[in-house]
Amino acid sequence: MKTAAANKKIRSRRSLSKGDRFTLAAFIGLPTLMQIVFLWLPALITIALSFTYWNGINVSDIKWAGLANYKNIFFGTPVFYEALKNNAIWLLWFSFIATPLGILLAYQIDRKIKGHKLYETIFYIPVVLSLAIIGIIWNFMLQPGGFVQGIMGRDIGNAVSIWGNYSINTYVIMGVASWRHIGYIMLLYLAGLKSVDMSLREASAIDGATEWQTFRKIILPTMRPVNIIIVVITIIESLRAFDLVYIIYGTSTAWPLLNILVFQNFAGQGISMKGAAYAVILLVLCVGPILAYLRTTFKEDLK
Amino acid sequence: MSTSIVQNKAYRNKQKRKDAFISAFIGFFAIVWIFPILWTFWTSLRPYNDIISYGVFSWPRHLNFDNYFTAFQKMGLTRYFLNTLYVTIPAVLLTLFLGSLIAFVVSRYSFRFNLSLLLLFTAGNMLPIVLTYIPVFWLYIKIGDLFGNRSLLYNNYLGIILVHVAFQVGFATFVLSSYMKTIPKEISESAIIDGASVFRHYWNVMLPLMRPPLAALGVLMSCWIYNDFFWALILMSEDSKRPVTSALRQLQGQYITDFNLLAAGAIIVAAPTVILFFVLRKQFVSGLTLGSTKG
Repeated sequence: MKTAAANKKIRSRRSLSKGDRFTLAAFIGLPTLMQIVFLWLPALITIALSFTYWNGINVSDIKWAGLANYKNIFFGTPVFYEALKNNAIWLLWFSFIATPLGILLAYQIDRKIKGHKLYETIFYIPVVLSLAIIGIIWNFMLQPGGFVQGIMGRDIGNAVSIWGNYSINTYVIMGVASWRHIGYIMLLYLAGLKSVDMSLREASAIDGATEWQTFRKIILPTMRPVNIIIVVITIIESLRAFDLVYIIYGTSTAWPLLNILVFQNFAGQGISMKGAAYAVILLVLCVGPILAYLRTTFKEDLK
Repeated sequence: MSTSIVQNKAYRNKQKRKDAFISAFIGFFAIVWIFPILWTFWTSLRPYNDIISYGVFSWPRHLNFDNYFTAFQKMGLTRYFLNTLYVTIPAVLLTLFLGSLIAFVVSRYSFRFNLSLLLLFTAGNMLPIVLTYIPVFWLYIKIGDLFGNRSLLYNNYLGIILVHVAFQVGFATFVLSSYMKTIPKEISESAIIDGASVFRHYWNVMLPLMRPPLAALGVLMSCWIYNDFFWALILMSEDSKRPVTSALRQLQGQYITDFNLLAAGAIIVAAPTVILFFVLRKQFVSGLTLGSTKG
């Protein structure tokens, strides 16, 4: 059977005419060339640049720096550890609060509780909004003259700064980030749940299992592939986190993240290849989750 | 027998009460969730002077769409919307076209490098984008200089389109190829036996069968590319050429004091994706899930 299939494939390849070969080459070549030129090549160049000194103006000014940028980051830049800490907070918050909430929400909505259609829509709306809009919307809630300030009894004149208050801004940022993330996870999980056999659930309900038991013992194990993907997405999103904080603070390091540091070094007053080194550190952190994702999704093909 | 039915009834009643509680609980959060958007909409209907004179929570004395008209005129939103169209439509079409090419070859012909190709494209979609900023910027300037026209790619729609395509094509390839694997091989075989060329096999046989995932991806990617404001900030030096989301970001600084006007602007810019979501919800959901839940 197997050899027959293999034979068939070989035959079909042999039977390709010159024109067909050319078409196939173009079909593969065009997208691949683009992917390499605009994505992989720039990524490799950035990795190379992270070992140099350069102000980003003349190519002839590039000087070899060895590990100097990395040494500078690890031993001479306290803000790097602050950024790592914030990325870690982000990751922990998403892993233990936002993502589980999204999953539970999906589970309840999938059970078709009352109003599930409306709820699904509401929780998903933030996901289709641009970060540029989300920044403005939340400013209306939090800025002087905004809703929250009004609730606190503060007018424009005697408003407090919420973004600038270091004891609460972490929670506020996490809250706004979750506003978007929970709906996204909910949607991904909902689609997975549709494929879980309904009779499994009914059987466990008849056997007297509680909701929680059903969820833990039946749903979670059968959803394993989706679970892995959601874990990977959560990790990668936490590491790449950027837009929201950029919208609030710009390139200042009021609430640093790895990605903000990259951008600060690339787009600030002086371009420095420390930014490239930050980007490479970010890449290194992302490699594990990316490989896990690829292994899960291409499991059958890799065998 | 009868006892188990009674038990079942009691169980169901208990479950019903629990479900009502859960529904109310989620409903409460849903209100919290939608509130910021409703508040922004409410703000957009009121003139700035009302808020200054009577406070944020004052009873509305004037409610109208004036801010919306002013936003269109003063902020020049029409031009920015056109800019967005110039970028989004070609970028989405090109992404789908290139993605479908790779997906077609990978799923219909067996070459040794099929899997490596798929991995290259899928992994590319997950790279941290910041890795490419500086080299892409440089590449654009250099290519421009090479052809004697610095704004060939830099500060040009074409440049933005190309980076979007390069980033999104990985996801499109992945989704389309996993969909195409589900289309029976027999269809292709009969096409080949009938002597169809590779191009005809792609264009007349496979492409029509790919309509559902293409539509789903098209909707999803239009939304993503529409929402992106970042590439334009880096690669467009002229403000007037920026897409509407980047423009909104700029206007936020300019109109920081007149936030009722800004609220109207935000609602206007949010409207296309939200409407798209409501109208083409099925495509939206299947686009996201085609790619992520294939286990």
